[in-house]
Amino acid sequence: MDDEGARGRGQSSAPANAVNALEFTNVTVMLAGRAVLANVSFVVGEHEFVGVLGPNGSGKTTLLRATLGMLPVSHGSIRVLGAPAVRGNPSIGYMPQVRSNVDALRLSGWDFVAVVVNGHRFGLPYLSKDGRKEVDWALDMVGARELAERPLTETSGGERQRLLLAQALIGRPKLLLLDEPLISLDPSHQRAVVQLTKALQTELRISVLFSSHELNPLLGALDRVLYLGNGHAALGTVDEVITGPVLSRLYGSPIEVVRIGTRIFVMSGEHDVERENHRHEHEHHEHHHAPL
Amino acid sequence: MLHYDFMRTAFAAATIVAIVAGPIGYFLVLRGQTFAGHALAHVGFTGATGAILIGFSPLAGLVCLTVAAGIAMGFLGERLAQRDVAIGIILALALGLGLLFLHFFTSFATKATALLFGNVLGVDITTVWTLLVLGAVSLAALAIISRPLLFASLQPELAAAKGVPGRLLSVMFLAIVALATAECAQIVGVLLVFALMVGPAATAQRLTKSFAGGVTVAVALALGYVWLGLTLAFYTDWPTSFWLSALSAAGYFLAVLPWAHWLGQRVPIGIATSKSAVPEGLAPTDSQPVS
Repeated sequence: MDDEGARGRGQSSAPANAVNALEFTNVTVMLAGRAVLANVSFVVGEHEFVGVLGPNGSGKTTLLRATLGMLPVSHGSIRVLGAPAVRGNPSIGYMPQVRSNVDALRLSGWDFVAVVVNGHRFGLPYLSKDGRKEVDWALDMVGARELAERPLTETSGGERQRLLLAQALIGRPKLLLLDEPLISLDPSHQRAVVQLTKALQTELRISVLFSSHELNPLLGALDRVLYLGNGHAALGTVDEVITGPVLSRLYGSPIEVVRIGTRIFVMSGEHDVERENHRHEHEHHEHHHAPL
Repeated sequence: MLHYDFMRTAFAAATIVAIVAGPIGYFLVLRGQTFAGHALAHVGFTGATGAILIGFSPLAGLVCLTVAAGIAMGFLGERLAQRDVAIGIILALALGLGLLFLHFFTSFATKATALLFGNVLGVDITTVWTLLVLGAVSLAALAIISRPLLFASLQPELAAAKGVPGRLLSVMFLAIVALATAECAQIVGVLLVFALMVGPAATAQRLTKSFAGGVTVAVALALGYVWLGLTLAFYTDWPTSFWLSALSAAGYFLAVLPWAHWLGQRVPIGIATSKSAVPEGLAPTDSQPVS
């Protein structure tokens, strides 16, 4: 592994012909004896913004962690940018959902992002000039330069989200995996995170997998939707995937899709499925973290 | 004061231990494993008393058992290391066993007090050399793993994705903590390891915004506490461990009190200007720290 932290690896190392960002071929992932993903196949192309949707426990996080090579695949194969999925792949940027209790730290935003630069290497956490530039670059990309000097204790939920995104950009990834970045953010901050991600995807010409409970905040930003349910997956445009028949198959129960203006609601009987999920997850989330 | 051999030895021992306790304590606080560190010290009490009983040096017993316990704790990982109840019960058992071993030993009282509360003025020159070697080993080991350890402490899931071996680091770190604990116990005893390892590091994290700054302040505070503590002990004839625990507590509470936090902040302009509207007789006479 060369010094991915320091150099812009842009065009030089990328092959001339297009390489798919992510290929799942008949992938089965078992967790605690249950097939969270069962024989899932799909292909995410270059420079695509894909929203990963689905109810709780449908395998959104599992799909991302399998892509990162953090979970064993019991069947099938996963290829990331043309190469088999392995742990520690420097071409993938990752913003995990499980976060340590960083809220209570007085560490500065700059130091928080800096720990990622060559973070897997042994030695003292000293950064070279190039490494420090890389941190500044990542902070600039997410518009968080003003957070550099501020302690984490004094950042809001939306600001912390931007720092986590900056961490994900360290190493100049070609594929960005974001696990539920909208959780516990209010609608205006949700919009800001989606717009920022879209801007990064366009400017850096990278692919994004963005998992979310709710489809509506992502409308307008995403190219395609990867909808998960009951171990299965459906990838396509919003019009192809967010339909009664497709979602009924994924949920295993009758689903109705209601459009009101530009907004789309996924209904099971009388309930708005996404909203239910979101509220549920929100409460669950609050147990672990102080309110933002 | 430094004319006395025992004072020079005490200063040397305390200086070594303070330099070791600062950086290791910083990571211990950062990782939220302070209680685990406290428990390791108590396991050390069992090791020391057991060693005395079978005729070995208490320091050897202390080091061996704490390191073994640290490694075991690291392997058990989150199932044990973050469980307060399990740690607390092991801690009580360790002290109980230590008491039993001392029960079989004749010079019960003096040994017990020295082990539990420390006796830095009784440290001999051989122990200083041992402390120096152990300290160098633990700091060198920490230096080697510090970068991935910092990453894994702040962002465990992302670090795991980047290929950082979290479990291995956890085991190595707790072994290092165990060594440092054994060192600290020579100065402040097994019961007061918190005062030297956690106090300065926790205070430093309240006062600093960077990793390098935090470690530096932690070491500086630990050095300040042991030097001042020894000096105060010399002139008052009160126990050194008392002074160390008092200084450590004072430093921490000064740093966490609400007004300490306020001192570190810039004064909001709104408040600064509204002061001028206060009638002259009521205006505070002290100067405003406007920056």
